[in-house]
Amino acid sequence: MAKNSAKDIEVTAFATHQVITQPNPLRKVLRRIEEKDMDDPIGRAEQALAGLSGEFKDWMTTEVNRLSAAYVAVRHEGFSQERRDELFRAAHDIKGDAATFGYPAAAGVAESLCRVIEHAPDLEKVPAELFTHHINAILAILHENTKLDSISVSAELSRRLRKVADDYLAQVNHDRPEHLEAILAPSIVPAE
Amino acid sequence: MFRIDFNKLRFLVCDDNPHMRRILRTLLHSFGAREVYEAEDGATALEMYSHYVPDIVITDWAMPIFDGLELAQMIRQPESKGNPYAPIIMLTGHSEKRRVTVARDAGVTEFLAKPISAKGLYQRILNVVANPRPFIKTKTYFGPDRRRNTNSAYMGPERRVGEKHEVMQQPSLLDKARSSI
Repeated sequence: MAKNSAKDIEVTAFATHQVITQPNPLRKVLRRIEEKDMDDPIGRAEQALAGLSGEFKDWMTTEVNRLSAAYVAVRHEGFSQERRDELFRAAHDIKGDAATFGYPAAAGVAESLCRVIEHAPDLEKVPAELFTHHINAILAILHENTKLDSISVSAELSRRLRKVADDYLAQVNHDRPEHLEAILAPSIVPAE
Repeated sequence: MFRIDFNKLRFLVCDDNPHMRRILRTLLHSFGAREVYEAEDGATALEMYSHYVPDIVITDWAMPIFDGLELAQMIRQPESKGNPYAPIIMLTGHSEKRRVTVARDAGVTEFLAKPISAKGLYQRILNVVANPRPFIKTKTYFGPDRRRNTNSAYMGPERRVGEKHEVMQQPSLLDKARSSI
């Protein structure tokens, strides 16, 4: 459905570029309706997501086990490109998914770990404690998350680990301005 | 007001993480979509893209072997047999400025940072359905116009140069479009 016929595609040429226009190929899925007839697709989807929430702890456990296994492989066999990438992807998935699963502090810790993996000039020289503290913190958040009094502790733990990691990265990247810039740059993407 | 008939849209979801695929499938079905195809890596997604001809692609970035960025670059091939114009929504844990720029330069239409929300996903889909941008082709880029807005206060040099001199037929594009009818 998402294709126009050839005669609908118009190419306007300029000296350095071409502008290609065509009628909106998805226009047929848009329907004008009265406000009273508008349903609530977002509310419906949020409800469906809430219906999955009973599985979130198991999913989070799977993700954390994957991260732990990736780090065990690194400890035993060192940082090959493949093992580095698996460790990064495992941390990166937790960074992206943990908040959805109800563990926002774990997402923060995983983000900090991703930054270490991405910006440390030599992963073999990163103190092992920096990795283990991040992974142990994520494990602790997973196991203690249901306790109300642990939520603020989790957030503080996440904040402090990020500070330690950022201080380390700033130190080892003092002569790598492009990494320093990336480390210090805030996220610019709105979540919604 | 506008409503999207999701049941007329065909989605391709590409994420190596089965939990995220399940979440995406749940959200899209809740919106009303019936056709949601799933791939767990970029190579499979590219095959499915050619086979199912989805209306909208939603892809993760970080995947083994063939990632979401490469998938976007493969789809945005003006000379390819498939449809190079499909909207691509990049759903990713990456949220740094340089990453957004790289994704934009690969031809990604919308960028959605994780954690995912029903509202965020719906808004990106609404945007690609209701407000498609023209495509730009240069020596180094083919994809949706990276200028979303006209800034009348802009005082710097014009990076796109040249006057509109003619509507030039592009045989390769037309041939490609004809072959896809």
